Amino acid sequence: MSNPHIYQLGHEPIKDHVFSPDRALMAITKANTVEIYQTSSNLAQKPKLFTTLKGHDKTVTSVDISPDGAKILTCSQDRNALVWEYDHASSEYKPTLVLLRINRAATVCKWSPDGTKFAVGSSDRIIAVCYYEAENDWWVSKHLKKPLKSTITSLSWHPNNVLLAAGSTDGHARVFSAYIKGLDAKPEPTVWGSKLPFQTLCGDFINETGAWIHDVAFSPDGNSLGFVSHDASLGIVYPEGEGLPPKAILNVRTSYLSLKSLVFLTNSKIVVGGHNCNLIVFEGDEHNWQESYKIESQKDLIKDVPENQDDDEEISSHQALNMFKQMDLKGRVNKPSTGANKALSTIHQNTISSIKLFSNSQVSTSGIDGKVVIFNV
Amino acid sequence: MSQSLKPYLAAVRSSLTAAICLEDFSSQLVERHNRPEIEVDNTHNPELILNPMIIARNENEKILIEPSVNSVRVSIKIKQADEIEQILVHKFTRFLTSRAENFFILRRVPIKGYDISFLITNFHTEQMLKDKLVDFIIEFMEDVDKEISEMKLFLNARARVIAEAYLTPFD
Repeated sequence: MSNPHIYQLGHEPIKDHVFSPDRALMAITKANTVEIYQTSSNLAQKPKLFTTLKGHDKTVTSVDISPDGAKILTCSQDRNALVWEYDHASSEYKPTLVLLRINRAATVCKWSPDGTKFAVGSSDRIIAVCYYEAENDWWVSKHLKKPLKSTITSLSWHPNNVLLAAGSTDGHARVFSAYIKGLDAKPEPTVWGSKLPFQTLCGDFINETGAWIHDVAFSPDGNSLGFVSHDASLGIVYPEGEGLPPKAILNVRTSYLSLKSLVFLTNSKIVVGGHNCNLIVFEGDEHNWQESYKIESQKDLIKDVPENQDDDEEISSHQALNMFKQMDLKGRVNKPSTGANKALSTIHQNTISSIKLFSNSQVSTSGIDGKVVIFNV
Repeated sequence: MSQSLKPYLAAVRSSLTAAICLEDFSSQLVERHNRPEIEVDNTHNPELILNPMIIARNENEKILIEPSVNSVRVSIKIKQADEIEQILVHKFTRFLTSRAENFFILRRVPIKGYDISFLITNFHTEQMLKDKLVDFIIEFMEDVDKEISEMKLFLNARARVIAEAYLTPFD
């Protein structure tokens, strides 16, 4: 197992990152802009800043690159989503506005697997499913509204290009049909259902504590759905078929801090990460899921207090000065504190905001601490 | 550190670490707003507020932690055994809150029933490390008691000196 590749890209939080399918480009969100980096095939080399996309006037919340790698989709708290295409004549990215028709922040955006449409989740309790209308030359949207009652935090497309899973802050993970007449071919029946007109609710799951869902994902074969929530639990649902209760709903509780993101490596292996700044791998099937290992070894900052140093140990002049100052000022001897240089033992020093699949055995993560890291799993 | 202070601070530290799991969250109610959800009247979206908790060492010393999706409000009641301590705590917290903008996480007005309040939002946790924020609050709680009792000692000593000087008979 080789070492992870760490890219420190400034110190501003990275809310989302995405690699193009050929891994030649990487897009990250940074405040109101999106930065595009050129990555080299030698992963040890730091990505080179290629261009910055400026078009949003509030925090960019999500970025995604279309499956053919040609279009970049961004959405922001200014209620807009933009589709960026590279214009060879002027050699820069040109934005196209999407008619989202939402009145609150757009929180998450995802291209569908074949790249003909995309979904944008919002704080307006709406998911906008958008597709290109050639005669008007713009992106129009259809709304998924019912029975959403709260902000959409995450979206995931089923491999069949029609089903869409959404997690929201009311603690529900739902599966909708986002079938658009005239655009999509009739989908094959799946375990989620067979007749799927637009806005069919194919599944509605709630976790045990009703905590906010932070991320949802379909398994690669599309026959199960995983979600992570604020109570640090991982839920996996195996549906039975249309009209039947699910075969199995599993809820794996952990004692970590809240989980923010998950990604399926295979149908039986999930990587999750979040506020404890580490990645955790779960393995299992429809009978049982359990935690198998953590990717980085981690010290618990609350319980594992750094060992007390010997009294004889030499202290630096700066610490000595501080000690005498304390004695003078407060009339007591304070041992120079060792807590000042305490740092997390993980690579990410702040919350991991998103995890994406990089290759079969690698995942890439981005964090609030401004790092993008590629881990071997 | 006294015997009962340690478990109290340990409980506060664990609870704060769990409570400060914040994310950027744009308002569901008001267009283009991004505000600390704990500070707004949330009768419309109660799902964004988590259960508040109180950790108390005794009836005079307690801490209230109110978490929400993008902000945590931490209110501390400082020990006040007698009237002098009450005055000292009042002056001390007033001194701090009038300089709240330099403290970033300090709330200008404490919650009713508490002496000092902190408001930690997702923007603070993005700029500062979470464990350092927790350390800061714990350290504050540790130091404020010492500070107040020290000030009380100084005050008594000074009062004694003044009284002595004032009451010294003229030659």
